[in-house]
Amino acid sequence: MANKLPLVTIKGKKDGLILLLNDRCSYEELISELKEKLSGQGSYFHEGPLISVKVEVGNRYLTKEDREEIQDIIRSEKQLFVAEIVSNVLSKDEAEELRKQEQLTTLRQIIRSGQEVMIEGDILLIGDVNPGGKIMATGNVYVLGALRGIAHAGFKGREDKVIVASVMKPSQLMIADVISRSPDIINDGNRVMEYAFVDQQTKQISVERLQTLFRRSLESAERL
Amino acid sequence: MGEAIVITSGKGGVGKTTTTANIGTALALQNKKVCLVDTDIGLRNLDVIMGLENRIIYDIVDVAEGRCKLSQTLIKDKRFECLKLVPAAQSKDKTSITPEQMKDIVDELKRDFDYVLIDCPAGIEQGFKNAVAGADQSIVVTTPENSAVRDADRIIGLLEKEESVASPKLIINRIRNHMMKSGGMLEIDEILDVLAIDLLGVVVDDEEVISASNKGEPIALNPSSRASIGYRNIARRILGESVPLMSLDENKGFFSRMKKLLGMR
Repeated sequence: MANKLPLVTIKGKKDGLILLLNDRCSYEELISELKEKLSGQGSYFHEGPLISVKVEVGNRYLTKEDREEIQDIIRSEKQLFVAEIVSNVLSKDEAEELRKQEQLTTLRQIIRSGQEVMIEGDILLIGDVNPGGKIMATGNVYVLGALRGIAHAGFKGREDKVIVASVMKPSQLMIADVISRSPDIINDGNRVMEYAFVDQQTKQISVERLQTLFRRSLESAERL
Repeated sequence: MGEAIVITSGKGGVGKTTTTANIGTALALQNKKVCLVDTDIGLRNLDVIMGLENRIIYDIVDVAEGRCKLSQTLIKDKRFECLKLVPAAQSKDKTSITPEQMKDIVDELKRDFDYVLIDCPAGIEQGFKNAVAGADQSIVVTTPENSAVRDADRIIGLLEKEESVASPKLIINRIRNHMMKSGGMLEIDEILDVLAIDLLGVVVDDEEVISASNKGEPIALNPSSRASIGYRNIARRILGESVPLMSLDENKGFFSRMKKLLGMR
């Protein structure tokens, strides 16, 4: 084991450093070599502008604590900050959670007064939400019917989620933590499909014709 | 083996008891053996509307607690041999009977009667659970008001969860045609739009209903009253239920006939 490959490889890029961490050695070995490598650079990182560091750990799973430890070690060098830590591995729970958030659940029912439906991910309701009923999703809410009750999209905090309804006559709309209630006098004229979203400028819920949703998705393609 | 139909509404005062009494009477007019069951324990009214208050000796709680046989509680109607009433207790409350006991009573009645009409108390608590326990069919009564429709929606949601009860049918009670036209009342189509269940019938608002109830004579006995015609039509539709259900158009037709009647006035 004399001339082994280094466990930590530092690469320089235009926009910062990339730390490649070996994924086959033990975690302890890796940490000690990381500390050695960084302090071994002497005062090299102590002057000049801030340098962003991207850490690539390959096929190694890092717990939250491991991530924090690595961040702390890198931050202990004054001029370095961690931009991101990239791992190819997800835990089963994380993968499950991700799948849940991405999936679309289809429901065929009328959500009547006093009934609440809560879904992880997006929900497609084929039916109405009646006054006094509530539909909630961590993702988007799509109602193929009349929305007359309460709808809450992105209820774990995602402000980029939307509420879509064939007939948009809600008593309340919520997206993440933003709440809006319907005006006390509702004009009955328009029968177009609409969607509700959080206007990033005003931080309030706006309602637009559904036809304009695709533009919004283009603008924020990476967020949606 | 007869059929048990629960008549419910969620909200109080929309005419559940009046509807029960009148559908019962209208079915009896068609020579069906009908038993009315009052489950509004503590606030019984059905006996008053039927004019049978003074004949009550035993009530439904007495049966549940084994103090008498079910046949002893049956009160025969003044006018029809085939119409009976099981009265509620007035001095007890809703918890003095369980849904299981209720189901046993209704099952026993179903053996002897063509129709068992269960008058449900207002609310969604114990009294509602008791009333629904033995039912095969359900009728939701509402009036053309937002609050009543909201409560009807809630009740429909609860009824849809009951596996033993068929999907509920709607009766819209106390319709005032001139108010519907002027927009002061919800229209029938608006109500059906929200509730999305089959319409069993509509009953117009009629002062005679009140005076008839006070006399202890259900309005359905009076063939000239407009409300009576509404109840009789509902009874006919119930009888026809073994045949395919009437479509909504038929109801509209019925309603336009009612409109004509009103126009003649």
